Amino acid sequence: MTPGGTPGAPGVVVVTGVGRYLGAHVAARLAADARIERVIGVDPTVPGPEFTDLLDGVERVRLDLASLGSFLADLDVDTVVHLALVTAPDPQHGGRAAMKEQNIIGTMQLLAACQRAPRLRKLVVRSSTAAYGASFRDPAVFTEETEPREVPRGGFGRDILDIEGYVRGFRRRRPDVTATVLRFAPFIGSTADTTLTRYFSQPFVPTVFGRDPRLQFVHFDDALEVLHRSVAEEHPGTYNVAGPGVLSLSQAIRRAGRVAVPVLEPGLSGAAALVRNLGFGRYGLDQVDLFVHGRVVDTSRLEQEYGFTPRSTAAAFDDFIRAHRGGAVLTRETLAAAEQMVLESIRQVRQNVQERQ
Amino acid sequence: MNRPDEPAVRDQPGDHWDRRVAGGLAFLRRRLSGDYEVDEFGFDPELTEAVFHPLLRLLYRDWFRTEVTGLEHVPDEGAGLVVGNHSGTVALDALILSTALHDQHPAHRYLRLLGADLVFRMPVVSEIARKTGGTVACNPDAERLLGGGELVGVFPEGFKGIGKLYSDRYKLQRFGRGGFVSAALRTGTPIVPVAIVGGEEIYPMLADIKPLARLLKLPYFPVTPTFPWLGPLGMVPLPSKWLIEFCKPIPTAHLTDSADDPLVVFNLADQVRETIQQTLHQLLERRPDPFGP
Repeated sequence: MTPGGTPGAPGVVVVTGVGRYLGAHVAARLAADARIERVIGVDPTVPGPEFTDLLDGVERVRLDLASLGSFLADLDVDTVVHLALVTAPDPQHGGRAAMKEQNIIGTMQLLAACQRAPRLRKLVVRSSTAAYGASFRDPAVFTEETEPREVPRGGFGRDILDIEGYVRGFRRRRPDVTATVLRFAPFIGSTADTTLTRYFSQPFVPTVFGRDPRLQFVHFDDALEVLHRSVAEEHPGTYNVAGPGVLSLSQAIRRAGRVAVPVLEPGLSGAAALVRNLGFGRYGLDQVDLFVHGRVVDTSRLEQEYGFTPRSTAAAFDDFIRAHRGGAVLTRETLAAAEQMVLESIRQVRQNVQERQ
Repeated sequence: MNRPDEPAVRDQPGDHWDRRVAGGLAFLRRRLSGDYEVDEFGFDPELTEAVFHPLLRLLYRDWFRTEVTGLEHVPDEGAGLVVGNHSGTVALDALILSTALHDQHPAHRYLRLLGADLVFRMPVVSEIARKTGGTVACNPDAERLLGGGELVGVFPEGFKGIGKLYSDRYKLQRFGRGGFVSAALRTGTPIVPVAIVGGEEIYPMLADIKPLARLLKLPYFPVTPTFPWLGPLGMVPLPSKWLIEFCKPIPTAHLTDSADDPLVVFNLADQVRETIQQTLHQLLERRPDPFGP
């Protein structure tokens, strides 16, 4: 514990992946917290120009996760926030091979460095609800104890399972470190830019024929809040982070005013593989599995431990819709106007008939 | 002359239809703009009431002339585990049971059915199952529903029950591992046994072509007097007479600690099984002609 400071509040925090949207926002938020002495952002690449203002109060170090070991020890780092995960292969940056390198090898190197950092007290790792896999025999709602019944087909899901396995090993070797694993539902919000937000921004949205999965989202700002609290307070364990409530995919598409285009499942899997191989688009089997099985998690553990309830999935999605009105094909207003038009024309016809009688 | 509940302006003959059209349009608008709620299991009460129940009502009331007794044994509120016998080659009995219960029970309760994972493997079927309140038959889901005070319907015979031959009709099959009993015990939920007569005659299964079933990865491939000979016409269920009787609930609140005791679980499962079997015999005596009025 830092002498004199708030119990649990850390001194020196290292955030990985500040070159990305989530990492940059988390680092900026931690830097704005007066309880935290120093926030150091680590990323192998230079953060994009869009994050320069955001990362004003953050010390940035351009560093590979492999060379993190001596760095953590030298700077007396007591908290590490690991956010440098790639959720979908980026064909311009090495595709799936680079994604796996970053997710799995990167995490292994980070945990190896953490293990040898004497002053380290806290580790916060970003995970995903993809950790529950996808199977027809799955229970409708996953609690943190649910074991995956089948290994997911998608790369990200498999990476997440491996990463959580390494964190379990780390917990055994360093029981003195408070390890928090946060299983996030897909992020959504007015500004977040993810595979899913791009998916819902299209006017015509491909879905799997005969499937209407139940989806959950977490608002980006709520994800930031939970990450912030994980650093500033003590919350050892694994937590589902999602907005309470459920939207079915068809419902979400309709609320966004988009039009669903059902595709047969084998065709969609094939198309996803083809699109990836051809090197454009970022959809993969992770998305296909999500759109077949859906994924709903129980968030009562988070609510009890953090005393914080993220805004509901429906509210988070509404915020996204408000920011993406542009591409809507069939809006609520159009439908209401159409309804009024039909009713009005029936009234007209009736009136005409009555007048003639 | 004017009663207070009567509208000030008397209805014109067309007004009734106007209201129906307006109601239908509002329903369509709500559906198309996504303005409805589904619960975490995917249950969509609005769609169930507006689309599925009216269709099933035709089947259970007019086609099968279903008579329901013992509704007072189904609790008006709070959790209950309804355990029934399974039959009929196609699991229509589960749908008939849930519609009849919702229609005739004073509290109009929804029966949340637990289905085999085969149901959730099939596209379209899986979504209809979820939207009408069903979920996968597994203990976490059963306990979550019961913990939330829902009425849950389960058929422990599973495919052994629906896939049995006509000659074995109304003979209860094995009850599996009794997972339903431990779910009830863990949540202290009363078990309501229910006997359903009539389901066995809708598609009388004369033979089971096992090689074809294996080829199609189905639990059985039925041959009935009309299927597969008449093609799609063979899918029309025979109009048997249905009787449904809910039996006295078996309380489990005092046994919450014995949820993991196999002896208690098996004994309770046997008790439920015996109750259903005896009630089936009584109902069959009340219905000498399977296709009677």
